[in-house]
This record gives sequence, structure tokens and C-alpha cells, in this order.
Amino acid sequence: MAKVLVVTSGKGGVGKTTSTAALGATLAQMGQKVVVVDFDVGLRNLDLVMGAERRVVFDLINVVQGVAKLSQALIRDKRLENLWLLPASQTRDKDALTDEGISKIIADLRTRFDWILCDSPAGIERGAMLAMRYADEAVIVTNPEVSSVRDSDRIIGMLDSKTVKAEKGERVEKHVLITRYDTARAARGEMLGIEDVLEILGTPLLGIIPESQDVLRASNVGSPVTLNDAGSAPARAYVDAARRLMGETVAMIVPVERKGLMDRLLGRRAA
Amino acid sequence: MMNLPRLFFGSRTASAPVARERLQILLAHERGLRGQPDLLELLRAEILATVSRHVVLDPEKVIVRMDRGDNVSTLEVDIEVPMFAERKSNAALGTGYGSTRTGAP
Repeated sequence: MAKVLVVTSGKGGVGKTTSTAALGATLAQMGQKVVVVDFDVGLRNLDLVMGAERRVVFDLINVVQGVAKLSQALIRDKRLENLWLLPASQTRDKDALTDEGISKIIADLRTRFDWILCDSPAGIERGAMLAMRYADEAVIVTNPEVSSVRDSDRIIGMLDSKTVKAEKGERVEKHVLITRYDTARAARGEMLGIEDVLEILGTPLLGIIPESQDVLRASNVGSPVTLNDAGSAPARAYVDAARRLMGETVAMIVPVERKGLMDRLLGRRAA
Repeated sequence: MMNLPRLFFGSRTASAPVARERLQILLAHERGLRGQPDLLELLRAEILATVSRHVVLDPEKVIVRMDRGDNVSTLEVDIEVPMFAERKSNAALGTGYGSTRTGAP
């Protein structure tokens, strides 16, 4: 049975697109047939993070409006044959997305894929609402910081009321993914801890992605971080998160500071 | 970037507990409001429905505003009635059982 998973947050810049790309690539590596769908009409970026920006011909809006067939708009990843991208439109208005159109596309994608990962735009407007509308599961990307946690709480409320599942009296399965977690700052009490975030949001944890230069480096070259540097701390954390999505029980590893005193004195290595 | 004395001699008072407490208070409040329709929108819809039962109105011309002052709050209702307002007939209002209610919203 295909699963529709929305990657959402409310707040911008917390790591939705990075997480969509990394989780999508990992699920594909595990043998699942995956499509990642960009809902950020007008500000698409998933194509860029996936390294497929020069291969976009048709997009989600073209399919909604019947200009292109779904199969024409889907872009197959060059590294993983199980991974596909459905890009957003860069030029159209977000109002071009319609509930009816998205409903049809999601239904069609369900027949072709095991996982449909919807990369939500920031905010709570049409694109974000439609990205979550047909979700079976949700990953709420949250930074351990007050404004991100507040926005995540709002989004959780919407997942519980504005989705098709919620309207049918069912529940969207929700997971919190903590990103940009800085161990040293958390240890000094300068950053909300994992327990604080989970207790406030009352939602189970999918994973903890450490703040890392590796994430920026991967997006610079257009590769999901899990493919670009599989041994890096964020890549390993994303793989664990993907395994949990697959139903595996994986021990939660809180990232630890690996820097020695000399690293601290010399400052961080540039990306 | 790194402040050496602070690294060795401990940090300022941790700010995370403050963040946690502020969030808990704020979210308890916001969760209470969630799902309730906006009060002004609700008032506007009901006022419009009531007046429309008697006079034909342009729904765009019904404005409801609320001002909150330190001591007094005011609710301002501004309804523009067309110059030759069409008054709904008594028959349309349907006072008796079995009558046809053409004018009802």
C-alpha cells in the first residue's frame, strides 16, 4: 500500500527540502519506489537540492491543468533508479494548485509508487494545506528554537483537523524530526533540549539531525546528504529516521560533540 | 566565535529553561483558541443573515469592526442600505405554516 508522507513545519528554513531529499533517497536505497513532490509553487528548490534543476520540462501545475501527463513531468534520479521527482512550477501562481487536481495526481501516484513524499512550502497557505491534505503520515521538521516549535504546534493542529484523514475521523501518523541540533549549545543550556521539544509538542520523535557543514556541502553540489557523504553524521541520522519510517526499531542516538579542544580553538572548518 | 574564558569557567545562566516556560504558556493559550471561528466573522455573518431577512443587502457592504481600548471596547456595525432598498414582502417572510419561504437565506 502506497504511503503519502508530508514533510512540513510551518516555519521556513528549518530543513524541509533537505529532509525530503535525504529521506526520499534513503527509502529508495532501501528498495522502495519513491517520488518526492515539490509543493512550493513559485519558489521551488527540491529540484536544485536533488541536482535535477536542468532536467525540469513539465511540472506539477502543468499536470494539474492537463497540459502534460504525469509520466511526462516525473524526473527519474540519475543515481537511484527507484527515485523520482515531481517538480513545482517556478513561474505560476500558487493559486493554480487546486484541491481536485492534487487529489487526482496523488491518487495516480499511489498506483505507481510505494512512497509519495510531499515537500511542503513554509507558511499555512494553499500550497502548504494541499501538501498535507492527502497525507497518511507527517514528518514535522522542527529546530530546537522557540519560533520553530510554536509553528510546529500550529501545524500539528492542522494535521489533526484539515486533512482528509482527520475529516474522516482517522489520524495522520505524526513524527517530529529535530534538525540543526547543536549538541554543544544544548549542553550549555542555550538551546531547547530534545525532551523539551517532545514534551511541548506531544508527538513522537523520528530522529535528530545534527547541525552540520555536510548538509550545506551536499546542497551545493545538488545531492541528498545521504548520497553525497553517507558516512557523515547527518546522513547516518537520516538513514536511521528512514528505517524508523519503514517500521524498524532503531535506537535513538543523540548526536555528541566530537570536536577536540584544538578544533574549538581553531574554529570550524569551512564548507 | 568561541569565548575561551566562558568555555573553561562555565556559561551565563542557561536560557533554554526560559524558552521552555514561555513556549508552554503561549501554546496552552493558542491551543485553546484553535478551531474557534473568528469572532468578528461570526458576528458579521449573523448580522448579515438577520438584516437580509428583511432588506435586500449587498453582503460586501456589511462591515463589523471592533476597537479595544484600555477601559472600553466598542463594536461598530456599518451596514449600507441601498437607496431604493427592496423590502422583502410579508409573504416571503412566511409567518404561517405551509407558506412558501422564497426570501429565506
